[in-house]
Amino acid sequence: MAMTIHVDIVSAEGEIFSGVAEMVYAPAVMGEVGIAPRHTPLVTQLKPGEVRVDTGSGKDMQHFYVSGGILEIQPHVVTVLADTAIRAADLDEAAAQEAKRRAEEAMADRSAEFEYAKAQSELAEAVAQLRAIERIRKGKRG
Amino acid sequence: MAGAKEIRTQIGSIKNTSKITKAMEMVAASKMRKAQNRMAATRPYAEKMRKVIGHLFHAHPEYKHTFMIEREVKRVGYIIVSSDRGLCGGLNNNLFRKLVKELKEHRDAGTEVEFCTIGNKALGFFGRFGGNIVSQATHLGDMPHIEDLIGTVKVMLDAYAEGKIDRIYIAYNNFVNTMTQSPTFEQLVPIPSTMEEDLKHHWDYIYEPDSKEVLDNLLGRYVESLVYQAVVENGACEQSARMVAMKSASDNAKNLIDELQLIYNKARQAAITQEISEIVGGAAAV
Repeated sequence: MAMTIHVDIVSAEGEIFSGVAEMVYAPAVMGEVGIAPRHTPLVTQLKPGEVRVDTGSGKDMQHFYVSGGILEIQPHVVTVLADTAIRAADLDEAAAQEAKRRAEEAMADRSAEFEYAKAQSELAEAVAQLRAIERIRKGKRG
Repeated sequence: MAGAKEIRTQIGSIKNTSKITKAMEMVAASKMRKAQNRMAATRPYAEKMRKVIGHLFHAHPEYKHTFMIEREVKRVGYIIVSSDRGLCGGLNNNLFRKLVKELKEHRDAGTEVEFCTIGNKALGFFGRFGGNIVSQATHLGDMPHIEDLIGTVKVMLDAYAEGKIDRIYIAYNNFVNTMTQSPTFEQLVPIPSTMEEDLKHHWDYIYEPDSKEVLDNLLGRYVESLVYQAVVENGACEQSARMVAMKSASDNAKNLIDELQLIYNKARQAAITQEISEIVGGAAAV
């Protein structure tokens, strides 16, 4: 039997593929890489493209599209951490700016000091309300 | 009798409320199932990510990333995950209460705190008390996507990389089971190295294009995936907490209606008895 390597392709929103293969091809940023079993440990970024898994057994290759991500290779395990989002440095930066702006808007005309006493009293009030509801419920049942 | 009509309208309004709570309970139950599935779906990615990071700690990269280096703590950042909507029992309050306690400790120790809030409730709570919110995300909906979180998290990570924050925590509700959710705090960066240094074999990855770029990317994604998982888990918590809260509200309404019905019947009976005795009294007088 030919040597095989375990392949996991996952994205943040779900598992895509898990199984054994004789050969895996992935679109690394420096060019496509082919991974055979007992490859040396390697970590690289992926660019948008196709991951192909040759499961042997004479069947067709399995194709998976990834929009980028990270590829990790251990001698007997290949892990593809695929992105679900389209990533680019300036896109990320824009998103960060947007998040900051929203926060600043929400923060406007509010004091900068965290008021523990006030926070605690409000929490105590809410908790007391919850407890009262609990007690009423128990009283009704009992 | 005046009381009878009032009681009747009261019963009517409670019945209407219980219809709403019943409907919300059922909606939450079906959403909970979906949220739990989503939680299960994100698990493989997080596990694989953790494995890769674990390998990385065993390897000896020539480049030490800032996320892997502990430094003196002067300012800390909190990423707080909460729900967008209320009516889910004490879910958010329990988390905030535990957090406020911890924040107090930070203040007593002289460390400053910055917040990054996810969800309306955290924004409202920490906004009201004037904490320093550096970034926020709300209205993620039932199906949060990782791209909604990238920017929010990046603000924190950038602050860490620039040395403005020395440690980042995440606060969220951990889904134990349908009935139990436990408020949880975890340290995100510097990445806590629970793994012992394995000095037996000295090896390192090959990095393409170079270790700095790859590690920057990988560790950023690692933190994002942890935050995403926390958000998804918190979503499942929210739905199950709401389901339980609405169920108890429906039960309460039912009990209240039963009691009021009894009072109403008694009042009605009393009115009839009084009327009869008045008629009898009147007849006797004639």
